[in-house]
Amino acid sequence: MQTRKKYIFLTFLASWLLLLFFGGDQLRHLAFFSGRKAEARRNWPHWTDRSLLKSFADPEELQRDGDPSLLSPRQRRAAWLSVYGSSRCRMETCFDFSRCERHGFKVFTYPQERGQPISETYGKILSSIERSRYHTLNPEEACLFILSIDTLDRDHLSGQYVRNVDEKIRGFPLWNGGRNHLIFNLYSGTWPSYTGDLGFDIGQAMLAKASFDTESFRPGFDVSIPLFSKDHPQRGGARGWLYHDSVPPKKKYLLVFKGKRYLTGIGSGTRNALHHIHNGKDIISLTTCKHGKDWEKHKDTRCDKDNVDYERFDYQELLHNSTFCIVPRGRRLGSFRFLEALQAACIPVLLSDGWELPFAEAIDWGKAAVMGSERLLLQIPSAVRCIHPERVLAFQQQTQVLWDAYFSSVDKIVHTTLEIIKDRLSPYRSRSRFLWNSLPGGLLVLPDFSTYLGDFPFYYLQHGYSPSKKFTALIRAVSQAGSLSQPILRLIRAVSGSQYCAQIVVLWSCEKPPPPSGKWPQTTVPLTIIQGRRKLSDRFFPFEAIHTDAVLSLNEDTSLSTSEVDFAFLAWRSFPERIVGFPTQSHFWDPEQGRWGYTSKWTNELSIVLTAAAFYHRYYHSLFTEYLPVGLRELVDGLAACEDILMNVLVAAVTKLPPIKVTQRKQHKEVVAQQAECRDGAAGTPPPGQRSPSAPHSAPAEVKGTAGSRRFSQRQDCLNQLADWFGHMPLMSSQLRLDPVLFKDQVSVLRKKYPSLEK
Amino acid sequence: IMCASAKYNTRGPALIPRMKTKHRIYYITLFSVVLLGLIATGMFQFWPHSIESSSDWTVEKRSVHDVPVVKLPADSPIPERGDLSCRMHTCFDVYRCGFNPKNKIKVYIYSLKKYVDEYGTSVSNTISREYNELLTAISDSEFYTDDVNRACLFVPSIDVLNQNALRIKETAQALAQLSRWDRGTNHLLFNMLPGGPPDFNTALDVPRDRALLAGGGFSTWTYRQGYDVSIPVYSPLSGEVDLPERGPGPRRYFILSSQMALHPEYRLELEALQAENGESVLILDKCTNLSDGVPAVRKRCYKNQVFDYPQVLQESTFCVVLRGARLGQAVLSDVLQAGCVPVIIADSYILPFSEVLDWKRASVVIPEEKMPEMYSILQSIPQRQIEEMQRQARWFWEAYFRSMKAIALATLQIINDRIYPYAAISYEEWNDPPAVKWSSVSNPLFLPLIPPQSQGFTAVVLTYDRVESLFRVITEVSKVPSLSKLLVVWNNQNKNPPEDSLWPKIRVPLKVVRTAENKLSNRFFPYDEIETEAVLAIDDDIIMLTSDELQFGYEVWREFPDRLVGYPGRLHLWDHEMNKWKYESEWTNEVSMVLTGAAFYHKYFNYLYTYKMPGDIKNWVDAHMNCEDIAMNFLVANVTGKSVIKVTPRKKFKCPECTAIDGLSLDQTHMVERSECINKFASVFGTMPLKVVEHRADPVLYKDDFPEKLKSFPNIGSL
Repeated sequence: MQTRKKYIFLTFLASWLLLLFFGGDQLRHLAFFSGRKAEARRNWPHWTDRSLLKSFADPEELQRDGDPSLLSPRQRRAAWLSVYGSSRCRMETCFDFSRCERHGFKVFTYPQERGQPISETYGKILSSIERSRYHTLNPEEACLFILSIDTLDRDHLSGQYVRNVDEKIRGFPLWNGGRNHLIFNLYSGTWPSYTGDLGFDIGQAMLAKASFDTESFRPGFDVSIPLFSKDHPQRGGARGWLYHDSVPPKKKYLLVFKGKRYLTGIGSGTRNALHHIHNGKDIISLTTCKHGKDWEKHKDTRCDKDNVDYERFDYQELLHNSTFCIVPRGRRLGSFRFLEALQAACIPVLLSDGWELPFAEAIDWGKAAVMGSERLLLQIPSAVRCIHPERVLAFQQQTQVLWDAYFSSVDKIVHTTLEIIKDRLSPYRSRSRFLWNSLPGGLLVLPDFSTYLGDFPFYYLQHGYSPSKKFTALIRAVSQAGSLSQPILRLIRAVSGSQYCAQIVVLWSCEKPPPPSGKWPQTTVPLTIIQGRRKLSDRFFPFEAIHTDAVLSLNEDTSLSTSEVDFAFLAWRSFPERIVGFPTQSHFWDPEQGRWGYTSKWTNELSIVLTAAAFYHRYYHSLFTEYLPVGLRELVDGLAACEDILMNVLVAAVTKLPPIKVTQRKQHKEVVAQQAECRDGAAGTPPPGQRSPSAPHSAPAEVKGTAGSRRFSQRQDCLNQLADWFGHMPLMSSQLRLDPVLFKDQVSVLRKKYPSLEK
Repeated sequence: IMCASAKYNTRGPALIPRMKTKHRIYYITLFSVVLLGLIATGMFQFWPHSIESSSDWTVEKRSVHDVPVVKLPADSPIPERGDLSCRMHTCFDVYRCGFNPKNKIKVYIYSLKKYVDEYGTSVSNTISREYNELLTAISDSEFYTDDVNRACLFVPSIDVLNQNALRIKETAQALAQLSRWDRGTNHLLFNMLPGGPPDFNTALDVPRDRALLAGGGFSTWTYRQGYDVSIPVYSPLSGEVDLPERGPGPRRYFILSSQMALHPEYRLELEALQAENGESVLILDKCTNLSDGVPAVRKRCYKNQVFDYPQVLQESTFCVVLRGARLGQAVLSDVLQAGCVPVIIADSYILPFSEVLDWKRASVVIPEEKMPEMYSILQSIPQRQIEEMQRQARWFWEAYFRSMKAIALATLQIINDRIYPYAAISYEEWNDPPAVKWSSVSNPLFLPLIPPQSQGFTAVVLTYDRVESLFRVITEVSKVPSLSKLLVVWNNQNKNPPEDSLWPKIRVPLKVVRTAENKLSNRFFPYDEIETEAVLAIDDDIIMLTSDELQFGYEVWREFPDRLVGYPGRLHLWDHEMNKWKYESEWTNEVSMVLTGAAFYHKYFNYLYTYKMPGDIKNWVDAHMNCEDIAMNFLVANVTGKSVIKVTPRKKFKCPECTAIDGLSLDQTHMVERSECINKFASVFGTMPLKVVEHRADPVLYKDDFPEKLKSFPNIGSL
């Protein structure tokens, strides 16, 4: 110890001597420096006459702003049309808004021509559009046109390259110089420069293109889409891989990359440097030069060793186990890797300078990805290490939000493209950036419903709102008798007794006219009768009469007490985005039959709340009616009892959460026979005994065998058809029920707020 | 690597100090000092002598007229015109900015000079009041550096705010001779009034090569997205007139137009609107017969009525902002200041700071073609949204329009965010007014997930010395199927934990953590040993919970992973007599807290408790040895905005050999202390975050008339 100390002391002394010797002069400088720094940074001077300085513009000049008579606005706009064409197109110069005025936003796809092969991917895009609620078969009412020519792959070396597009387009009578057309493209240009050139004149058409570069992107006009593979699912799509928010959000690797290294040509600058950041521990950056036909010709000294390392790691394994994934440019700016990383909740670290990110008009990528710079590759490791764990957790979750909202299927990518364009048509009735970037995502938020965030069930907490303190009871009446049945009278009395009830709306779904107003019971709350169209989907129509956030959906034969309603409503206020109700059912996967099963038996789980007695947000009426395609509602109207399953599936698809069951005094009314349907209904309405969505095994003995089981199998079919349409089974199961805090506790009844629920 | 972030301590508080490293650290420090000294000296020796003659700066008291004069020869070079294809990655030199721990760009300001042409005629006004304010603001900001060599961004002192006040060619020449001009790379110019008659270009006409332009009045054709910054046209009235913020709500007029020099075509359309909708639309114009001395800019007239400007803007819900010869209008600033919702009618206009501000929340943009529909479009906006837009408009003015300083700093921040994107300011920080920031929550666990059951939970038992009771708890808890690990936090420094062989043998790993100090916060430390998301905090005397109850609690937590899910519930009440909060443990119909003597929660909240607890609460709790559970309830409710979930019926929390929670809670002084905690925490949080609910969670078939053996959780609520 002693010797070491001496040694160190000597070194220390020697160093200082050296320092004084060489740096004595500079030391004074140093003192000068720090001294000056401490007292006077050379700031911008405080001029003595600063208060006498003139303003940058005379107030008059500011308010009058030039000579107004110069150019009339109309002439100016007309002049723009000729100046700002093709490469400088904007909505106001190259898009004909008038086409969208009369029929709204309708999209027409050109009919496919015989002998005109289209790629699988383009087929998916076209069918997504055809499945959209904006699709029209009539070009007269169309606002936007989509070609039937496959323009996805414009690399003329590719097998799917379509020739003579110019000629073909000129033959289309609807082409009109490309006005109001949208052209999809995934690959443009070819070796060696991979430019954005499509090989034909797009005229005034909008371009929805992958790998868009910011320079050729026409802001507010084109749409940048992600690159996706031909295996990308048409609809639904797999969910993201983040199953839990692990804390600390640490995975095996910090940063990974595994991919090709280009030795020459465009993109090689970045790809050729990636191996520098590999440290073999938490940063894995593997490249291979083994690609293309003549790789051995260009191979350099690294290649052989790199290739060995490259084979040692599995791409999927890296994707699953890393916090960050490098997403560098390839030959083109975008890559498949981008969506793969997003799905894997591996935070993309973008190294693709000048890439107009997918849907950047709507999506705030700063919340889900790290924008690296190709020029600063070597800073990336330290930059990502410095990101706070909370931020990492937020990034990971946001990748999943975006993946699920906009990217997980071709449907979502195409519909997002359409919605972005639709939002431009009426900027005053469009989604704010906030909406696009928070749950449940822009596609599920309809600006036509409202532009006020507080009108939706999703943003209460984020904006400090709370749902309205009252509810609207919506009773669907189907009594065939001219008079009112006892159950409905009881129900109206019970519901109107709730202190939270704002109004009662009766949806009269029977051919016979409703009884005159004198026959209805006197209630303290307003009672409105609406004549329905006698369709099952009717009960979820966004009636204007409903003006509270909460809707209590009821069947006329539902039996509820005032306390049940009160308790359930208060529970709903804690979960305004979910369905909160009384009788429940559940779904399950039937491995034997390979399909979804459904049961109304008592089980330990629940996933469907019957809308015969349930609270939910009125926005779901709009989603049900406006968002779901007509086909689905027709399916529901055609089946006997499927509308409530569809509602549950819809809400589950939106929230990704199970519904909530609340305490019920006694079991939901078991026997529903005589009044379940207008017996003399027109053709197409289901036969008797099949209407009430209450427990399926509850029909009286004589119908149980036939109608009951048919109804049951129809519900099961319905469930499977819906799962197919959504592309997955959105329903989630819950194992709990909400009871009053003192429910069945051994404490005096007098202390309990809801004693009657325990009977 | 220097991170700006404070690294979390990943080890527990019970770290045994590493003894032998002490000396080593001493030596290393010594060496480093010497080494650094040498390097520093060396650096100064070879550093280019960068300090320009400091004579410009030495005299502090000077007039702008005393600045040095620079004569520009007629043939001095002119920069290229602005390059429309410039983007950050092509025209900006990021290497100048470097990686720095603060993630702040460094901005240098050229010293002020007066430029004259060959004949001695000046090129422009030396500097305007606003530009001087702007440069002063930059100079006073964190971005500023006086060292030209360390600068990432250069701001010329040549004032180009108003293109009409300068000579274009000569100004360009003046720019080109700046010492670090280099084709304008990393130079930032501020311009508010671009273009000139007759065609009024929408960007500054001065050739500026690669320089970035912070411009007011960009159109989509001149704005280089992600490179330029769109800024407001400053209204000097902002400084002169004080318009106090007016509460949101209906105002006298629905639509107001206050601009003086509107094109007749626009005026006709506005008048048509007025004719259609009557008095709710007010179209003002300049006053023709004002008495002398009254500034015309402060008055507006409608027929014979005279109105004060800008005060009149506060009388209307919506205020029209139409384009004039230029796209950017100073009236936008006045309108926002008045809390009037701007109706912007200027096709192709890039709104100020549109890169970061969400204008849809503060304004209505209507295409020029749709002017006739303006009234019905505005009518369709819900009243509550209008109120929010009014508030938002005012907030935008206060934060980004009110002074040249606000404009300058927002511009620099935007550029800063581009260069250090991983440290960028978020959408919420840019856009949410303080009231919203205050009343809203941003849940850190916002993704709706039901974590897989297979992960299980870690039970953390805090204990001091009740070994027997502890062992019973361990045995009981180990019966829960989803338990994956048991962690005993041994909080007694005077006594060693029992020997390994004495501990109960259980099927999952059991770890004992010894703490350095007997602190309650040890129970909420994010131990590395906790590998699951779910944590069950349980006291060493809670032996009355059945395995079914605990397993069910875990299942409930899985459905609500961002909440506290616990067994005994408690309530806070407002005591009207004492005018303060009161703690309640009686049999109530409501709950707002659960005791952490037995509660499930996400491990993330351990991080929050340990590192992000507001104020002095954490130390206060440790000092008072009480209320750590109330603090946890406050913390979780405050960050998520959600209520707790109480599971299963109320039980008598009693055990023969220990004083149970309830027993203890009944103690009067204890109750008073707990009430004090609530009041103390509410004042530290500045709000009462706890949410009161009337429900608890039971198994679906709880107490239903159904065979017990078919129920998932039959043994619930037994006493």
